Amino acid sequence: MARIDLVDLAHSYGGNAAPQESFALKPVTMTWRQGGAYALLGPSGCGKTTLLNVISGIITPSRGKILFDGVDITPLSTQKRNIAQVFQFPVIYDTMTVGQNLAFPLKNRGVPKADIDRRVAEIGRLLDLEPYLNRKATRLTADAKQKISLGRGLVRNDVAAVLFDEPLTVIDPELKWQLRSKLKALHRELDLTMIYVTHDQTEALTFADTVVVMHDGRVVQSGTPAELFDKPAHTFVGYFIGSPGMNILPAEVRGREARIDGHVIALNRSYDSIPAGAKIEIGVRPEFVEAVAPGPGLLTARIERIDDLGRIRFARTRLGEAKLAARAPAGFTSSDGTAGLKFDPSHVHVYADSLLVEGAA
Amino acid sequence: MDKTVNQKAWFLVLPVFLVVAFSAVLPLMTVVNYSMQDTFGNNQFFWNGVGWFKELLDPSTDLGGRFLASLGRNLFFSMVILAIEVPLGIVVALSMPRQGWTVAACLVILALPLLIPWNVVGTIWQIFGRPDIGLLGYVLNAIGIDYNYVSNEIDAWVTVIVMDVWHWTSLVALLCYAGLKSIPEAYYQAAQIDGASRWAVFKAIQLPKMNRVLLIAVLLRFMDSFMIYTEPFVVTGGGPGNSTTFVSIELVKIALGQFDLGKAAALSLVYNLIILIVCWIFYTVMTNAGVERKVQAESEPAAKPKSSAALKPATALKPKEGVA
Repeated sequence: MARIDLVDLAHSYGGNAAPQESFALKPVTMTWRQGGAYALLGPSGCGKTTLLNVISGIITPSRGKILFDGVDITPLSTQKRNIAQVFQFPVIYDTMTVGQNLAFPLKNRGVPKADIDRRVAEIGRLLDLEPYLNRKATRLTADAKQKISLGRGLVRNDVAAVLFDEPLTVIDPELKWQLRSKLKALHRELDLTMIYVTHDQTEALTFADTVVVMHDGRVVQSGTPAELFDKPAHTFVGYFIGSPGMNILPAEVRGREARIDGHVIALNRSYDSIPAGAKIEIGVRPEFVEAVAPGPGLLTARIERIDDLGRIRFARTRLGEAKLAARAPAGFTSSDGTAGLKFDPSHVHVYADSLLVEGAA
Repeated sequence: MDKTVNQKAWFLVLPVFLVVAFSAVLPLMTVVNYSMQDTFGNNQFFWNGVGWFKELLDPSTDLGGRFLASLGRNLFFSMVILAIEVPLGIVVALSMPRQGWTVAACLVILALPLLIPWNVVGTIWQIFGRPDIGLLGYVLNAIGIDYNYVSNEIDAWVTVIVMDVWHWTSLVALLCYAGLKSIPEAYYQAAQIDGASRWAVFKAIQLPKMNRVLLIAVLLRFMDSFMIYTEPFVVTGGGPGNSTTFVSIELVKIALGQFDLGKAAALSLVYNLIILIVCWIFYTVMTNAGVERKVQAESEPAAKPKSSAALKPATALKPKEGVA
């Protein structure tokens, strides 16, 4: 059990001399609270697995420090850190039974036999593996194997954190839900810090209470699912989270209004100190743009198609070069293939060079 | 049934039958024919029934004694080289680099002995071990070890075994290396996290993942060493005395040296049969292992629905059993 602090942590596979743009993990300083459920979310190649491997000690960072409860453990080997990790593909020891698999980490650490048996029985019960304890681990399903991988981490009572590296990739969709709720339940029961790497936003948002979004080796935002949805700190977050993603449109912003092609869109806040020369965009989630009949004072977009998602419909439209999705209310039809767009001012955000600009009230 | 019946199609198979008949069946039947007869030259043959076979399996006769002794030597030789080459091959494979240009260099160096023709290997060691001009033989004698594979039985055996180890350990090593390479990196990382020692990693991960290739390696090396002929023949010629005369060397002596076609034919049939049986045993063992894996793989999707329900029917059955 531990709080994990990352202090100016960075990693480059090419060494520190390489230009910082090429770092797999760009300098990051953050704190992971004891007992938190975190998700590291980002597309493939964004550095999330690198960060995870740095925490578990498989990779030694080229720069910065990792503290467990304030103690610098950066130079320690994986064995010496109290970390459990579950990999993308289940790792089990073929020749052993499920019980022996679970006992393996304890045996390696020279724990007395009686204690091992007690812990194995306990973890077996916790993970519903009891009926299999005496069976060969090779004969089990992928999700049971993944549970064994997890169990080998939990069986040690000194683990500081459990790390998951896309653990549900090989699991059937139906079982994914079961296993994920099992993880949630374990988290509540054991009060462990859990860090969960995934590129699947549903997985991240349902599992974690804090989602850390990574993009191009950088942590771009860390917050609750609601924060990520309502107030993306980076256009990437807006685009990556939510389905469909946030609409990002180039605009001119002055004071309380944004202009797109000469049309004025009202803003809730005042933006007077926008950095000069920056690329200015506004971002608004499709849920907060309404497609209505074209009318005066409304931005007019050409409709490409309408996606019916059952409970909600989205009009996919085009504004010149830019694409924009908008909520199409029930009964909305378009006679000439165009629609007027109605923006909800309280949910229109302004971005300068992809970063959120806070306006004044 | 609207299936077309056309027996003429058999003619299409005829060429194959002819080729196989002339290349395999007829020569084999000739050998079977010889094994039942005795000849004193002049193309005169006398019926001997299973006499040669009886003699072959009876150690008190000359033929039986020679055959069984050479068979014993052959089995001993195979056991020794397996006991050396398999562990050594594993060690070599384990100490090979996993990436970088050194991998290619290692592979090429390992493959070299495998590419050398048998009789060249024999010649190399024959000269290498000579006490007068061979580097090995000369050096050993110079440092005071009385080494002479021509006159000393033990030296002859050591030379033949070292030669085989030199020639074939690479094969085992390459097979093991292939097995090792197929282990995903995550296994090693997980073992690190589980605090496994080097030995525990070997026992829990590497050895189990290598067992398939090891089985193939053992099979190949056993069959090959059991049929060995050229190398010991070139180095020792089966001597000194009969000490390195293996079954194949004995066979050639009888067939071509003494021109005892009947005895040689009987011996080669039995030799062949032994190899076939061993082959079949290995094949069965290997395919059984394969079937077991297949069953595992197939039962995997089916196993899950059971997991929640399996226990309940089982407990429900118990009362019934009690009643019965």
